[in-house]
Amino acid sequence: MTTELIKLTAAEIAEKIAAGELTAVEVTEAHLARIEAVDEKVHAFLHVDREGALKQARAVDEKRARGEKLGPLAGVPLALKDIFTTEGIPTTVGSKILEGWIPPYDATLTKRLKDADVVILGKTNMDEFAMGSSTENSAYGPTGNPWDLTKIPGGSGGGSSAALASYEAPLAIGTDTGGSIRQPAAVTGTVGVKPTYGAVSRYGMVAFSSSLDQGGPCARTVLDAALLHEVIAGHDPLDSTSIDAPVPPVVEAARNGSVEGMRVGVVKQFRGEGYQAGVLQRFDESVELLRELGAEIVEVDCPSFDLALAAYYLIAPSECSSNLARFDGLRYGLRAGDDGTRSAEDVTALTREAGFGPEVKRRVMLGTYALSSGYYDAYYGSAQKVRTLITRDFEKAFEQVDVMVSPTTPTTAFAIGERADDPMAMYLADLCTIPTNLAGNAAMSLPCGLAPEDGLPVGLQIIAPAMKDDRLYKVGAAVEAAFTARWGHPLLEEAPAL
Amino acid sequence: MPGITREEVAHLARLARLELKGEELDHFATQLDDIIGAVARVSEVADQDVPPTSHPLPLTNVMRPDTVRPSLTPEAALSGAPAQEQQRFKVPQILGEE
Amino acid sequence: MTVTELVSYEDALASYDPVMGLEVHVELGTKTKMFCGCSTELGADPNSQTCPTCLGMPGALPVVNAVGVESAIKIGLALNCEIAEWCRFARKNYFYPDMPKNFQTSQYDEPIAFNGYLDVQLEDGEVFRVEIERAHMEEDTGKSTHVGGATGRIHGASHSLLDYNRAGIPLIEIVTKPIEGAGERAPEVAKAYVAELRELIKALGVSEARMEMGQMRCDVNLSLRPNGTEKFGTRSETKNVNSLRSVERAVRYEVMRHAAVLSSGGTIVQETRHFHEEDGSTTAGRIKEEAEDYRYFPEPDLVPVAPSREWVEELRGTLPELPRVRRNRLREEWGISEHDMQSILNAGAVDLIVATVEAGADSAAARKWWMGELARRANEGGTELAAMPITPAQVARVAALVADGSLNDKLARQVIEGVLAGEGDPDAVVEKRGLKVVSDEGALGAAVDEAIAANAAIADKIRGGKVAAAGALVGAVMKTTRGQADAARVRELILQKLGVEG
Ligand SMILES: [Mg+2]
Ligand SMILES: [Zn+2]
Repeated sequence: MTTELIKLTAAEIAEKIAAGELTAVEVTEAHLARIEAVDEKVHAFLHVDREGALKQARAVDEKRARGEKLGPLAGVPLALKDIFTTEGIPTTVGSKILEGWIPPYDATLTKRLKDADVVILGKTNMDEFAMGSSTENSAYGPTGNPWDLTKIPGGSGGGSSAALASYEAPLAIGTDTGGSIRQPAAVTGTVGVKPTYGAVSRYGMVAFSSSLDQGGPCARTVLDAALLHEVIAGHDPLDSTSIDAPVPPVVEAARNGSVEGMRVGVVKQFRGEGYQAGVLQRFDESVELLRELGAEIVEVDCPSFDLALAAYYLIAPSECSSNLARFDGLRYGLRAGDDGTRSAEDVTALTREAGFGPEVKRRVMLGTYALSSGYYDAYYGSAQKVRTLITRDFEKAFEQVDVMVSPTTPTTAFAIGERADDPMAMYLADLCTIPTNLAGNAAMSLPCGLAPEDGLPVGLQIIAPAMKDDRLYKVGAAVEAAFTARWGHPLLEEAPAL
Repeated sequence: MPGITREEVAHLARLARLELKGEELDHFATQLDDIIGAVARVSEVADQDVPPTSHPLPLTNVMRPDTVRPSLTPEAALSGAPAQEQQRFKVPQILGEE
Repeated sequence: MTVTELVSYEDALASYDPVMGLEVHVELGTKTKMFCGCSTELGADPNSQTCPTCLGMPGALPVVNAVGVESAIKIGLALNCEIAEWCRFARKNYFYPDMPKNFQTSQYDEPIAFNGYLDVQLEDGEVFRVEIERAHMEEDTGKSTHVGGATGRIHGASHSLLDYNRAGIPLIEIVTKPIEGAGERAPEVAKAYVAELRELIKALGVSEARMEMGQMRCDVNLSLRPNGTEKFGTRSETKNVNSLRSVERAVRYEVMRHAAVLSSGGTIVQETRHFHEEDGSTTAGRIKEEAEDYRYFPEPDLVPVAPSREWVEELRGTLPELPRVRRNRLREEWGISEHDMQSILNAGAVDLIVATVEAGADSAAARKWWMGELARRANEGGTELAAMPITPAQVARVAALVADGSLNDKLARQVIEGVLAGEGDPDAVVEKRGLKVVSDEGALGAAVDEAIAANAAIADKIRGGKVAAAGALVGAVMKTTRGQADAARVRELILQKLGVEG
């Protein structure tokens, strides 16, 4: 019974609650029980808000009892990445520097979830300040990949992807600065969407790189992701970079998957050295599938993508060096070395030394370097020019095609510890996802099979132009339906039981 | 590209307010040098006549009306403070300008 | 304190030519902060006007205050600047506890207004043009209180307490181009510029620009070059010079100090300096081990500001008569000299006098009270004229009472004292203190007769033609009437009764 319940999709749960076949409390309890049972091994959560979740669930049941109309995700449990502020609930961003911090305010996204009666189970693990591709950079220990607990669940949103893949929650929230929603989705066999920059409010989302960060939905199905997308997207006057336009019809698109007559671009630059053979094999099969489903396949050339990784590792660290300056031990969070004799300046330096992990320090230093006088033009300035060129490549490509596809990430999940001491190797995980962040358009990752050599999930990335997020869902739903039919079940069913 | 020296790392650490330990300085000098070496490729486009992109979306003039919104209560504002006194954030002695 | 032996101002100018740069920060009078909806109301409880944004909390974001931008454009237009068609905010990165994000959201190489000028009039009427480099938008910092030190100074304090109510209040920073050619009048030019700027800001209605409240703060950059040379010398930056008088003194002091250093073969260090109100001197700030590197870059949390030309022209249409033009008009109406007008401007009395005239006083009387008795009292109390607890209408009433002979000047001063002491309107003070000129001829005549009888010898002298001796008798009458007689009338009566022509 319980096993059945946790395997339901969000759409199914919402339907059953609305129909009175399930109560929100029993759904919440089932997921809390699952967390209780497996999270010691998985470590997807940093904080489980049992009381808060049950309170929200009871409110949904009462609403229903009063005959009030319920929203499309009312009563559905969700795992929230620990990067969004939650009033009264700890928010750490995976860092020691915010250990114990209880925000006095809700992020706009948190508010929207609450207003939609989505039940927030707790906060999920992540690479510290979202810097990483493995969740190993969390100050609170790594998260395991439910497919193989010795492997990484992707990052930075590894807690959210692992929560989905281990059936601890049917919905999760991620944030994607260079691939932190899509890469974890790819390596855990789940679905993740980075919406168009500005589609989801960043207010209350702890900033890593402001011009790249974007919150988005994570789920086990394309439709569930769409339902969540619709809840969290929309204009927010508290975020100056928020798009003031209607949310594209993502749910409608997800319910009407089709690629019939669509032109699908295959990016020339996204293959070659560094790509795992099994990943390319599954990707090529996906392209073949798209052709069979009625799409026209077009090869597109985006030469500037070759500079994307380099530009990203200048822009993101630069912005983060400034965004993270506020963590000084004076107003909130950790304060180290304050013995009554040291100056504020020294206490700040000691606090930051004690509170930040090595990857955060590395990027803060790198960004400080790239912005410093004498280097700005060569590094930060050039990187912003590359950004223009990448945007132009996308524009040109989208004149020829409706969407583009690529592998989400060059390899399947690697082993925990394998790349920990090699930052450059780690950075390669985001090779295919980064161009989208630089240009601001939308992309999705969804499962497209298991790599033959290691039996781990492979992700297919679909990329759409800015504000055309609905195309991701239209294509994604068609691919998902075709693959599920081919496999006879959702890919995740092949994961070993925890 | 010139290598990044230990002294340069120490200078960056001061700018970034990080009290790095000795071995960290050496470690970062090597790693930053590697990373910078790899990302320096962007300067290939330095001479190109393209405008830099600082915002992914071409938005302008996003402003709010000059209308007061409720502030936090002082208790909420100070709720995370490591130390406080007289409803103010208590911080160690400040060196510097009067 | 300072160890430099100063060179006299005259000697300094005999060899050197001063070049100045003035940076003025004006706190706008918007209802809310620059990037959040917190109130800017003064005098609130510590940290009661703060929110996640102005406290720099994780996740919080800024949104630009439209009135802040509008005010910046108005200031730019009034300073004859070009208004940017497209500009951005930037982050100025440096750590300081009064700045919650550890970067200031400011403008860097893309200010909203640039390339302007402000004509300022000196005391002799000469007009000096000060070129404006730029006016840009930024935000204020919080306020620190230093605890445990000797006198609340930062030095020697054990810790500091921070109130972020002021953090994020909009500031406009107005920067001049190097001011050359002022010569010995540099201090006067500096002061006149700041005074003119203050009038302009007030006339625009974008800020009250009260320097004593920190709503307008001035940094004075100064360098000297040998007379006849072109190249600028090394400059010093004197921070927080916060009154008109101080601006003048700071320039003067730095001219003398630079000259002393240079003429003894020394070199000027580029440094920030602190100004001391007590003696008008400056002292060096903390020497920084390394040059600041602010790592400016475009603020990614804000989008560019691109004021449409229609909006700019619409705002241009709302600009009031420029203060200098208005002052020249008033000067002619009032029939006073350039010098007098300049004093009125420096005292911050222009609007007060205008309002007093509008309340019915004649301009000479309005000037007399504001620039005399009230200016004296404001000076003693160390406050600005406008902050005195008396209104132009009340001053106009005092003037009216003098004009109709109900009060003499001496009594009028007592009435003003009463109003300032909170005893009510002029009429109420007159009533309560019993301050009326004794104009009852009978009572006055009796007092005069009494005085003549009591001072027979003096009366004889007067009868004998020594009219000057009448003063003594007038004094006696004033004494018996406790000052409430019209002295001129008393004198008339004495001479009349003694049969002498006045
Ligand atoms: Mg400034
Ligand atoms: Zn605020």
